[in-house]
Amino acid sequence: MTSAPRQRESRYVRPRDTHPPLDSPEYRSTGLRHPTRAPIVVPQRLTEVTGPLLTGPIGPSDHDLTRQHAGEPQGQRIIVTGRVLDSDGRPVPDTLVEVWQANAAGRYAHRSDDWAAPLDPNFSGGGRVLTNALGEYSFTTIKPGAYPWGNHPNAWRPAHIHFSLFGRAFTQRLITQMYFPADPLFAFDPIYNSAPEGARERMVSTFDMEATQPAWALAYRWDIVLRGRDQTPFEEPHA
Amino acid sequence: MPELTPSQTVGPYLRLGLDWGPAGPAVVPEGTPGAVRITGILYDGEGTPITDGLVETWQADPEGRFPHPEGGGSDFRGFGRSCTDDEGRWEVRTLLPGALPGEAPHLDVSVFARGLLDRVVTRVYLPDHPANATDPVLALVPAERRGTLVAERVGEAEYRFDIRLQGEAETVFLDV
Ligand SMILES: [Fe+3]
Repeated sequence: MTSAPRQRESRYVRPRDTHPPLDSPEYRSTGLRHPTRAPIVVPQRLTEVTGPLLTGPIGPSDHDLTRQHAGEPQGQRIIVTGRVLDSDGRPVPDTLVEVWQANAAGRYAHRSDDWAAPLDPNFSGGGRVLTNALGEYSFTTIKPGAYPWGNHPNAWRPAHIHFSLFGRAFTQRLITQMYFPADPLFAFDPIYNSAPEGARERMVSTFDMEATQPAWALAYRWDIVLRGRDQTPFEEPHA
Repeated sequence: MPELTPSQTVGPYLRLGLDWGPAGPAVVPEGTPGAVRITGILYDGEGTPITDGLVETWQADPEGRFPHPEGGGSDFRGFGRSCTDDEGRWEVRTLLPGALPGEAPHLDVSVFARGLLDRVVTRVYLPDHPANATDPVLALVPAERRGTLVAERVGEAEYRFDIRLQGEAETVFLDV
């Protein structure tokens, strides 16, 4: 006996040739932190095709990292805009985007960042915005500096902003980093290069002259693409 | 069609963007009847606690419904977030999930950390639940490793779920 193939609830495509391997020896911290056994492939069921549709917590100055203190932070003011899409081209509306970054000198306002670059009393480096109905987001910040780290001799991270995204399903959750165009440090960075060739370029923003504000701020544009829905009908296994 | 954005590590300074303070672990407010605490330590391959990690949970409410149009709708937040502390500990305060069609009660878990270039996903199941025996996800896990997905009851309203990223007792991770 057979039944007609049917679409159950949404399913989301499994990424291929996109994410870095968890075991990436060039990035030393992966050594003791990557699972050694292959993950078990499981079908997506209710818990995976649903996900938190959060609209907060968002405070009044979370979208403008230059206005979270009494004074202006040091550095080059920038506007970062873009769209959150899924891989079948649909915008992801009303989704929470969380960002964090170093200050203009490349120092994080974090107790365990002890690099000898100045802290900026007017910059904390954390922000949050929601995408609008078209999946667009925008926030104002300062351009982060590159910073050294202990991975290998003379290791420097290219300037980047950390991004966290939810989408509309547990399967779509993504944490990544946005980079700036033509950074000379790309060639030397094991974290950037951990993503497969052909995919890592998708993490690089573009300079956006149109979004700059005269006598105020430069602008960069970066679209983020989450897993889309798999449209292939499939056969339910018989009970 | 647009191409997927790669994942990157949260790095060591994740708290600057992802720490919600006491609101993070509070899937339900303090004092909610029936609330339980689920807590554990996140370990690396040498058994050292990971102090720069993030554990997130997602689950149905006690009736098996999600606050999502495809999950029946609910007022329950369903989502918990905990930055690991100086001892590598994470915790959430929540209600026990109900059973889902054909599945035993469970929470989906995402783990992020410095040194993890993509999240890893696992599930928390409840100890001694009769539906565990027929759960389709547990059935895919070799019997000798299934225990890593089952929480231990350590008090009236407290469960323990340690996560080991690597090593002898490595937690079972799922590709969803
Ligand atoms: Fe960073």
